[in-house]
Amino acid sequence: MSLVVNNITKCFSDFAALNDVSFQAEPGEFLALLGPSGSGKTTLLRLLAGLDQPDTGTVEFDGADYLKLSARDRRIGMVFQSYALFRHMTVAQNIAFGLNVRPAKDRPSKAEIAATVQRLLKLIQLEDLGKRYPSQLSGGQRQRVALARALAISPRILLLDEPFGALDALVRKDLRRWLRKIHDETGVTTIFVTHDQEEALDLADRVVVLKDGKIEQIGKPLELYRHPQSAFVFEFLGTSNEVPATVTDGVASFDGFTAPAVSPKALSGAQTVRFRPFDAQLSPTGPGFEAKVLSLLPAGSSLRLELQTPDGKVFETQHAHESEASDLKLGDTVFVRPSKVYVF
Amino acid sequence: MTTDATPDAGAPPFVTEGYKPPKATHKARVLPGFRLSLGITLTYLSLIVLIPLAALLARPWEHGLDGVWQAVSDPRVVASLKLTFGTAFAAAVVNLFAGLVVAWVLTRYEFPGKSLLDALVDLPFALPTAVAGVSLCSMYAANGWIGSLFAPLGIKIAYTPLGIFVALIFVGLPFIVRSVQPVLAEFDAEVEEAAQTLGASPMQTAVRVILPSLLPALLTGFSLAFARAVGEYGSVIFIAGNMPFVSEITPLLIVIKLEEFDYAGAAAVAVAMLALSFLSLLVINGVQLLLSKRGRA
Repeated sequence: MSLVVNNITKCFSDFAALNDVSFQAEPGEFLALLGPSGSGKTTLLRLLAGLDQPDTGTVEFDGADYLKLSARDRRIGMVFQSYALFRHMTVAQNIAFGLNVRPAKDRPSKAEIAATVQRLLKLIQLEDLGKRYPSQLSGGQRQRVALARALAISPRILLLDEPFGALDALVRKDLRRWLRKIHDETGVTTIFVTHDQEEALDLADRVVVLKDGKIEQIGKPLELYRHPQSAFVFEFLGTSNEVPATVTDGVASFDGFTAPAVSPKALSGAQTVRFRPFDAQLSPTGPGFEAKVLSLLPAGSSLRLELQTPDGKVFETQHAHESEASDLKLGDTVFVRPSKVYVF
Repeated sequence: MTTDATPDAGAPPFVTEGYKPPKATHKARVLPGFRLSLGITLTYLSLIVLIPLAALLARPWEHGLDGVWQAVSDPRVVASLKLTFGTAFAAAVVNLFAGLVVAWVLTRYEFPGKSLLDALVDLPFALPTAVAGVSLCSMYAANGWIGSLFAPLGIKIAYTPLGIFVALIFVGLPFIVRSVQPVLAEFDAEVEEAAQTLGASPMQTAVRVILPSLLPALLTGFSLAFARAVGEYGSVIFIAGNMPFVSEITPLLIVIKLEEFDYAGAAAVAVAMLALSFLSLLVINGVQLLLSKRGRA
């Protein structure tokens, strides 16, 4: 029951929205399509739903050619970014819609539909709001109704377009955990689109990173984080600092010190290397990159520093609250030493 | 004091899910000028609408209640009222469907000549109604282009109530099209796509999803077309034949009474028309309110 996408290409006039995209979703998997806006992730989702057709490539589900099926017949639940609820229908009618429009021979009985609606209302924790209209609900509640409506048709695959995009931070975190729970309970293969790396890494079993219509990397969240395959993936997944270094055999040499270098390929010679804020050490004396403290702010469990080198470059580093970094003051001069770098 | 369990009355309540910020009232709006603009509104409406209608209401009573009743219950007047409101209603109903189709075509599809067609819809607005009446009459008369097609079937259009019906359809069409068009154009494509992914056929999507959201606009168009048709004079009198009890509309009857210097009688009939129109619009607005409550609240 896996979804296999092969060599999908889609052009809008002369702009290639998707370029030779291939990936697989295993049964029950929770997959994230991650990328900046314009990377083609929503286009890909729409192709899967049957709302657009690719120029070339194949989409197969469980061996069946899905491109031959219309959106109607694919039985793919889609949750739109704007939720796209039917305004003139109550919450219960919205959820029942997908069952009510089935041809008479496939349609469950009225009692069965009512029972399904009740079960889904319970699942989305809106048992008492079945008679409300969408306009009487909050954004988070509408989101849940849209999800229940998509789940009502027992979809083979569930697609979510920026599911948390329009919600405020608190509701978003809550819904994220809840969505994961729903997924684990229903076991339906789920693919969601997001531009928020934190969301993708936090929620998905695997993440497909897209850039300019091409897949940059596919992998489990930890894998992506630990072994990024490209500078784009590295930079997209978190803050990155760039410095020049000489790389030989997995070791980056700087002026007076060295650091281990992680790289997808065997690279050597003069390279631009990158390091994460938390892979940096500060010391009052060299060796290291000399920099002045520009700002010093708490960032949750750690302390975030912005440091400016004499030639104007800004580093961002992170340290424990109890470390020596907390004794620094604005304008102090320190030396930054990356303890681990990435080369692409 | 600080351990007091009851929260400070002035503190904002904890924001629960489903909380909606209060809607802006006119007090909260920034731009001043409420009094001035209301003053202008009241003066204008009084001069243009209220005072003339009040004068009309005051006019028919010179022969007492009895005189008014006699004028209104005259079988010829009753027949004309039935005809006027009946044909206006029927024409608005036909336009409801035809106008919906026209609006649908004009918003949903791209085809050559579309903007020309779009402009055509407004012509009944722009044309002097008498001109429309004359041309409709010549088309639908037994020897006219269209009338001659129906004549062999024994159907007479011009100089019958059917002719009035045709003229009223003509003048009412733009109202429905122009009310529905913007709503249809604004309709969220994602909602339609959602219906599609849920398994709805194109027909089911149109009937169950799109049409219900058009209902308020359709009703607005309907009431406008109906109101216009009730008051229509110019285009009707040429095609109607104006036979008493058969094809004589109330506005014409009023003019006839005026020409006979029966001012009180004319005013009485006019008041009856006014009351009926007002009642009809009230009913339509009531239905509309019910509908809009369902959608937003």
